[in-house]
Amino acid sequence: MSHFAYIAVAYGGSALALAGLALWLVSDMRARRRELDHLHDAGHRRRSDRQETLREAK
Amino acid sequence: MNENTATAKPSFITRLANPSRFIGLADRLIPWLTGIGLILTAIGLVGGWLAPEDYQQGATVRIMYLHVPFAWLAMMIYGVMTLAALGTLVWRHPIADISLKAAAPIGAVFTLLSLFTGSVWGKPMWGTWWVWDARLTSMFVLFLIYLGLIALTRATPEPGQAARAAAIVTLVGALNLPIIKFSVDWWNTLHQPASVFRAGGPTIDWSMLWPLLVAAIGFTILFSALHLTAMRTEIWRRRVHTMRRLAAQRADRTMGGTA
Repeated sequence: MSHFAYIAVAYGGSALALAGLALWLVSDMRARRRELDHLHDAGHRRRSDRQETLREAK
Repeated sequence: MNENTATAKPSFITRLANPSRFIGLADRLIPWLTGIGLILTAIGLVGGWLAPEDYQQGATVRIMYLHVPFAWLAMMIYGVMTLAALGTLVWRHPIADISLKAAAPIGAVFTLLSLFTGSVWGKPMWGTWWVWDARLTSMFVLFLIYLGLIALTRATPEPGQAARAAAIVTLVGALNLPIIKFSVDWWNTLHQPASVFRAGGPTIDWSMLWPLLVAAIGFTILFSALHLTAMRTEIWRRRVHTMRRLAAQRADRTMGGTA
């Protein structure tokens, strides 16, 4: 294997792993955001959201 | 907080104990950190490619611009987790356990990448993918500790239930950090001794040192963007968990009332 191949493997592997990590974190973020929105739409509120709920009811 | 009732202005860290305030800050910081981190990393890596080749290693020295920042982050992220562990045990800061749990998988990836880039650098330069010398072995142990902490922080049904246990394990594992750092001085290793953070200053020529430092700063800022994203997600996960439990309790009471 030429030196260039080792360098390419190092850069390619690193880019893949970091892109995979970022993708995983973003998809986890989106899924949790969706769950919160669904709960919110179903009328579930956190206690600290209650002020907001009262305002919406008016 | 009402200004009239507050007798003393709470410190920045104390004010971040409010998760909603933390999320507000994260929302504002994440886009900036991502952008600045990507730009600096790009400048550092391109600078590294334009820098002269090493007189002994030739072009493979390019791997250094990834390997050194990854190894630095592998240890720095564990340092962040150690501070978070103290935050949980000493101050019971509510965000500390979230920080520790969110950092563990990111730290594991950077540790694995430092081992991986080291390996594909070692093969052409040392003639071997791997040796069980003190530096490589202690770095491998760090990777295993990360895996253990990932498992522990995700092992309980209630998120955050393992906070104290994870904090204690993190502190015990922190003993490995000085061992990694000084392994190249204390033992006879195939790995080279320190050439950047050492008494007497760096031994790398400036033409190679500046891209390395810029790349390291860029990757570190990128880590902070990833970490804040993961922490915000973890806060949301815990909110969903609490709201579902409360909803189930309410449903339970309603059922009991009608039966």
